[in-house]
Amino acid sequence: MMLDIYDFYDKMERNNIMLSFKGDITSELLTSILQIMESKLDNLQEEPKIKKKVYNVLVECLQNLYHHMDEVAPEQNDKIRSAIFMIGKLDNQYNIITGNYIKNENVAGLKKRLEDINLLSKEELKEYYKAVLNNGEMSLKGGGGLGMIDIARKTGEKLNFNFSPVDNTFSFFTLNIKISQ
Amino acid sequence: METISIEGTPKTPTITFDTGKGFLEIKGRSIPENSIEFYKPLVDWLEKYAAKPQSTTNVNIQLEYFNTSSSKCILDVFKKLEAINKGGSQVTINWYYEEDDEDMLEAGEDYQAIINVPFKMVQVEE
Repeated sequence: MMLDIYDFYDKMERNNIMLSFKGDITSELLTSILQIMESKLDNLQEEPKIKKKVYNVLVECLQNLYHHMDEVAPEQNDKIRSAIFMIGKLDNQYNIITGNYIKNENVAGLKKRLEDINLLSKEELKEYYKAVLNNGEMSLKGGGGLGMIDIARKTGEKLNFNFSPVDNTFSFFTLNIKISQ
Repeated sequence: METISIEGTPKTPTITFDTGKGFLEIKGRSIPENSIEFYKPLVDWLEKYAAKPQSTTNVNIQLEYFNTSSSKCILDVFKKLEAINKGGSQVTINWYYEEDDEDMLEAGEDYQAIINVPFKMVQVEE
């Protein structure tokens, strides 16, 4: 295998990546990532307000990946269960990037949901959040379709996403979340 | 009457429920992946308490972070408190937020809009 490590490093350096991970997403891994990121945010002496926002959005992004693994690929091989996560800070803006496989049949539904969220104003997002919070539906682990709404609400930015077709069964879904100061 | 408590962890809050005093406190972080499992005992205790509550029930919610998975479980806890409030115990929910944490204040206001129990928004210094 020929992997140009310097090229890899250089790209990460230029994007000021603070932490990245590729592989299976476990509960223990999330605990570690959150601990590392919390101390990095402390070291950067971020305002508590920014620190909390970044931490909250990070939790939602990572737990999306975690729950997604079980829903979509409980019996799949490691490659399909694998996901990527990166967080960086460039020009006073935090970028959280996640990527994971998604079944082609689920692409249209997720795309529609994200596009719908992107159409909403701040006030509409608040109302939508409350409606979903109170709709009485809950998945087995307590996720309730609130994650993406919460991310859009807390960042005040549109959700930036992409689906890349992989093969007849899977696409690769990427989400790029920006948190401005 | 007894005091029931759950010790906090990096992902789950400390819960203290003094049924003799009618005092419940949830404090810390609530970011578990599986929040239903975590909140089940509390929901069960509240159900028991509802049968014979104190004349007043004070609830302190002092969370630094909570995830969306916890938010529906917290709503379930509040719905139990709403029933207790209807059932004759005067319930007050004190929602704590740090002074510059608008997201946490808004989260409290979201619950206040849904739940028919008096809320007090309590600002604390960082």
